[in-house]
Amino acid sequence: MSIDPDTLIDLDGVAFGHGRTLLFDGVDLRIKRGQVVAVIGSSGVGKTTLLRLIGGQITAKAGSVRVAGVSVGRLDRKGLYALRRRMGMLFQQGALFTDLSVFDNVAFPYRENTDLPESMIRTLVLLKLETVGLRGAASVMPSQLSGGMARRVALARAIALDPMLMMYDEPFTGLDPISLGMVGRLIRRINDAFGMTSIIVTHDLNESLLIADRVILLADRRVYADMTPAELRTATDPFVRQFVDGAFEGPVPFHQPAPPLAEDLFDRAAHRH
Amino acid sequence: MQRIVIDVLGDLGGAVIDGLGRLGRAALFFGRVLGVSHRVLRRFGQVTREMRASGVRSVLIIVVSGLFVGMVLAVQGHDVLQRFGASDSLGVLVALSLVRELGPVVTALLFAGRAGSAIAAEIGLMRATDQLSAMEMMAVDPVARIVGPRFYGAVFSMPLLAAMFSVLGVFGAWLIGVRLIGIDAGSFWSQMQATVDFRHDVLNGLLKSVVFGVAVGLIAVFEGFHAAPTAGGVSSATTRTVVISSLAVLFLDFVMTTWMFRG
Repeated sequence: MSIDPDTLIDLDGVAFGHGRTLLFDGVDLRIKRGQVVAVIGSSGVGKTTLLRLIGGQITAKAGSVRVAGVSVGRLDRKGLYALRRRMGMLFQQGALFTDLSVFDNVAFPYRENTDLPESMIRTLVLLKLETVGLRGAASVMPSQLSGGMARRVALARAIALDPMLMMYDEPFTGLDPISLGMVGRLIRRINDAFGMTSIIVTHDLNESLLIADRVILLADRRVYADMTPAELRTATDPFVRQFVDGAFEGPVPFHQPAPPLAEDLFDRAAHRH
Repeated sequence: MQRIVIDVLGDLGGAVIDGLGRLGRAALFFGRVLGVSHRVLRRFGQVTREMRASGVRSVLIIVVSGLFVGMVLAVQGHDVLQRFGASDSLGVLVALSLVRELGPVVTALLFAGRAGSAIAAEIGLMRATDQLSAMEMMAVDPVARIVGPRFYGAVFSMPLLAAMFSVLGVFGAWLIGVRLIGIDAGSFWSQMQATVDFRHDVLNGLLKSVVFGVAVGLIAVFEGFHAAPTAGGVSSATTRTVVISSLAVLFLDFVMTTWMFRG
């Protein structure tokens, strides 16, 4: 198989699941270098799982996951860690180390993964904090930060080693509109300034339409749609439409499959559960 | 009836298989922790920080408990010994009980409740808040960075705390026996000095506490590291840590006592 040097992420026929139920079955996805790609889909469809597959935290049951031409599933721990030094991940709630200050959180990847002298680490940390606008909060403990600020500190920590790939897991959840816009613009700006590639898993369609080059819709255990924001706005597929419009009625039913209501309410046998 | 028996047997079998599986996973995890030992011990500052967090903060409870256990031993010991006219041997009785048994065992039980539960809760919460995953994604092995220092912190703290417990216990016995009851101080100390053997009694006691340190430390980090990432998961990990550690300490104590002191 020829590898296009422009392609950073290459998922080919990926299947994954717990036990017999498959969460993914035949996921194909290619992401070019430099792009910001938003991954959307209903809750529980496996958006975060996709990031975990790319980061090598879990292994695909079938198919291959390649990052920069390297097959992630075949790497041993050492190879995986070498690859992860070139990846950054922003977790849903930031996942800052609560026993370390903001400064020490951002310094963590330098102290653990490099032999840089402390004076240089200080310079780098302050520069990264400046990038996210929080140099003034260097000495603060994570518990004293607001949700948006914690997310930005975590972003500074994730980009510490200038990764080629940034993965964001629900970066907009629980943020007020100002912080949300700020984080969104920051993601785009950092991606372009540092020449990265970014994958954003999100529920926030509006924000992702503003900053993403492409939007991937996961459904039915595969990539259901892969479009630019402009294409998505004008899409006619009923499922995509329901997702974009947030409509109550559509291919995704409101009710979970269940026996008829009367049967559930009045049938004595059904009372057992 | 037959169905009930089958159900009970099935449950029992399931529990045994579950328990054995857990034991196997714990053994593998122990191997992993030992495997990163050189990296952990090379950065000894992290181990001392954990010794401060778990060991130093347990000093108060250990010291107070040691003092009271020693005082109670003196009262009870004197009551029995005087019937045989052997009150002078109180020092020996107290010292041997403390150094061989009560020092290591009670320290380990207290340590499991005070520090083991804290270690399990801390690691479990780090798991629940994605801090461990974040570390893995930063190419830092959480077993080397988080688990290892806490494990060795417990292993190194335990004998030091047990020694403190015994010393304070002997002091408590002296307070009651010599100062309060009026046993001769000379015979209290000299009999103790003549009878307590450094290698057979003191070193064996210390060896016990090192083994307890390994057991409690391992159980705490294992339970915390494998806690379900929910509030319930963390709480059950802390409970399991205290319960399993206590049982393990008592069981290991029995095995080691039979081996060391049977005669």
